[in-house]
Amino acid sequence: MAIFLDQNSKIIVQGMTGSEGMKHTQRMLKGGSNIVGGVNPRKAGETVEVDGKTLPIFGSVAEAMKATAANVTVMFVPPAFAKAAMIEAIDAEIKLAVAITEGIPVHDSAEAWAYNVSKGLKTRIIGPNCPGIISPGKSNAGITPSDITGPGPIGLVSKSGTLTYQMMFELRDIGMSTAIGIGGDPVIGTTHIDALEAFQNDPETKAIVLIGEIGGDSEEKAAAYIKDHVTKPVVAYVAGFTAPEGKTMGHAGAIVSGSAGTAQAKKEAFEAVGVKVGKTPSETAALMREVISSL
Amino acid sequence: MDLFEYQARDLFEKYQVPALKGLIADTPEQAEAAAAKIGGTVVVKAQVKTGGRGKAGGVKVAHSPAEAKEAAAKILGLDIKGHVVKRVMIAEGAKIAKEFYFSVLLDRSNRTFLSLCSVEGGMEIEQLAEERPEALAKIAIDAVKGIDLAKALDIAKAGGFEDELASKVAPIFVKLYEVFKKEDTTLVEVNPLVLTEDGKILALDGKVSFDDNAEFRHERDALERDALDPLEAKAKAMDLNYVKLDGEVGIIGNGAGLVMSTLDVVAYAGARHGGVKPANFLDIGGGASAEVMAAGLDVILNDPQVKSVFVNVFGGITACDAVANGIVGALDKLGSKASKPLVVRLDGNNVVEGRKILADANHPLVTVVETMDEAADKAAELASK
Repeated sequence: MAIFLDQNSKIIVQGMTGSEGMKHTQRMLKGGSNIVGGVNPRKAGETVEVDGKTLPIFGSVAEAMKATAANVTVMFVPPAFAKAAMIEAIDAEIKLAVAITEGIPVHDSAEAWAYNVSKGLKTRIIGPNCPGIISPGKSNAGITPSDITGPGPIGLVSKSGTLTYQMMFELRDIGMSTAIGIGGDPVIGTTHIDALEAFQNDPETKAIVLIGEIGGDSEEKAAAYIKDHVTKPVVAYVAGFTAPEGKTMGHAGAIVSGSAGTAQAKKEAFEAVGVKVGKTPSETAALMREVISSL
Repeated sequence: MDLFEYQARDLFEKYQVPALKGLIADTPEQAEAAAAKIGGTVVVKAQVKTGGRGKAGGVKVAHSPAEAKEAAAKILGLDIKGHVVKRVMIAEGAKIAKEFYFSVLLDRSNRTFLSLCSVEGGMEIEQLAEERPEALAKIAIDAVKGIDLAKALDIAKAGGFEDELASKVAPIFVKLYEVFKKEDTTLVEVNPLVLTEDGKILALDGKVSFDDNAEFRHERDALERDALDPLEAKAKAMDLNYVKLDGEVGIIGNGAGLVMSTLDVVAYAGARHGGVKPANFLDIGGGASAEVMAAGLDVILNDPQVKSVFVNVFGGITACDAVANGIVGALDKLGSKASKPLVVRLDGNNVVEGRKILADANHPLVTVVETMDEAADKAAELASK
């Protein structure tokens, strides 16, 4: 089954004709994703050849959906235009919108989110500032390398891109149902909880790895949610124990302010609800191996 | 980026938020001239980004330009919680009748904005929230709709303002929201907002934080910024995402999460090797080209505290062979400037080819270790020698 993305996903790429958009369209196609077109208002009506496949370019997300029945969009749009791209996707009521773009002003993300709420949350947004989502063997919407691992029983949700890849790599012999990078920005569309809920309801997923990092309270909320709603085994990892207060660690959201958002507080929140927390990514993978072998 | 008080004051003035006159001074003489220009009683205030200035002697009332000069001489150079005062603001004096609190900020937890407001101001907001939580109104602000006059009145009333006073402060809340929105801030706080004896509302002290992601759409080149650590300044000039820390193991990795994780793993390993610690955060991003790797190594090797370097890369978008070539190229480029041992851990795409490139190069400073945990241990061990 996988969550949010599967073999029936028809993907369009907003900003496909840019260099990042082109590079990753090529990678996604090679990885087996069903990409049906691109969006660029200035190049509407043109086509693009990617690895022998001819992809049409549409003027808007709505037009692309009408012509191709696309249900997923992946955005490689520069920060200055990302809000407009998100709002366009929301207006078109596309089911899933994956925002890869890093460096979007938080007022823009907050506005896009408020707009999505006012429109009844018909669009699931993943990101921004994320690697996207991959259901190995089925589809890949984003920049996660397609060949790290194959399909399997583990669901993975992570704030960090490279830690997602690292964990997929460590558990590559077991495989994953879906791996989602939710992004390291302060305002994001899909949270740890959203992914936990979907993994809990996905029969293919037998166990869940959750990766968090300093900043915000997403991990604490996830712990509370696990206690009440998740019966599948969960192991967690939190990055940023050594991060000093007040210094942003790469991600706009990775900052410890006052007593809020520390890795220690997040670890304690997980352990309080019986979720084992690995000290390092490898130890976390080892904990997951134990879980899988006891299933 | 957090603003200095005088910068927040200037910003308020730009948006017609009523604020007292204020001029900056970097010397006692400039302070004297500023006080003469403003006239009457003034307040000389240390410009540092930390609380508790008053208690530390960083705020003084002066009744004449001569007194202002004297006050500035005492305040300039003062160390307030590790912040040395280099600049003071000479602010017009005011006769205060009442003090209030107002702020609007990013509420990350609820993915929206939040306004905090109280008719009881004058103390630190954390203290008010703890001691009298019922006196502090917390009102969610829709990021699209913002704060209009009706919303501002709701906020004021929720914060305990009576009708007449509410109608006086509400238009100011609207203007403060304009600052919040148009300047791409994550925080605009006025504490205290005051009612003067002659019935005026004034923003007496303000805190404003800009969203770094929005810098591209604002002209802020002339703005005074915090003095960076020299290594941080060098890294910034090379467009590297670097944070200087206090330790001996230099860290280079790709991806913010993986680098944070690397710092942790090194700190754990350091505990087994004489307490060595990570020396920095440095994320070279997905690309990890030879140029970026060389620039990163250059910054880290210039840190006199660094005794070993841990390069921790997961080959995702960029395959490990490209990263390995980057490391070899960087060491060639740096030549004799590369003088400290490097522990390299590569995993992911084309890892076999990547490790082979490093093995073939056989650089005397480079040790390749297979796992992240073992590599951290090795780097810590080398740094402890």
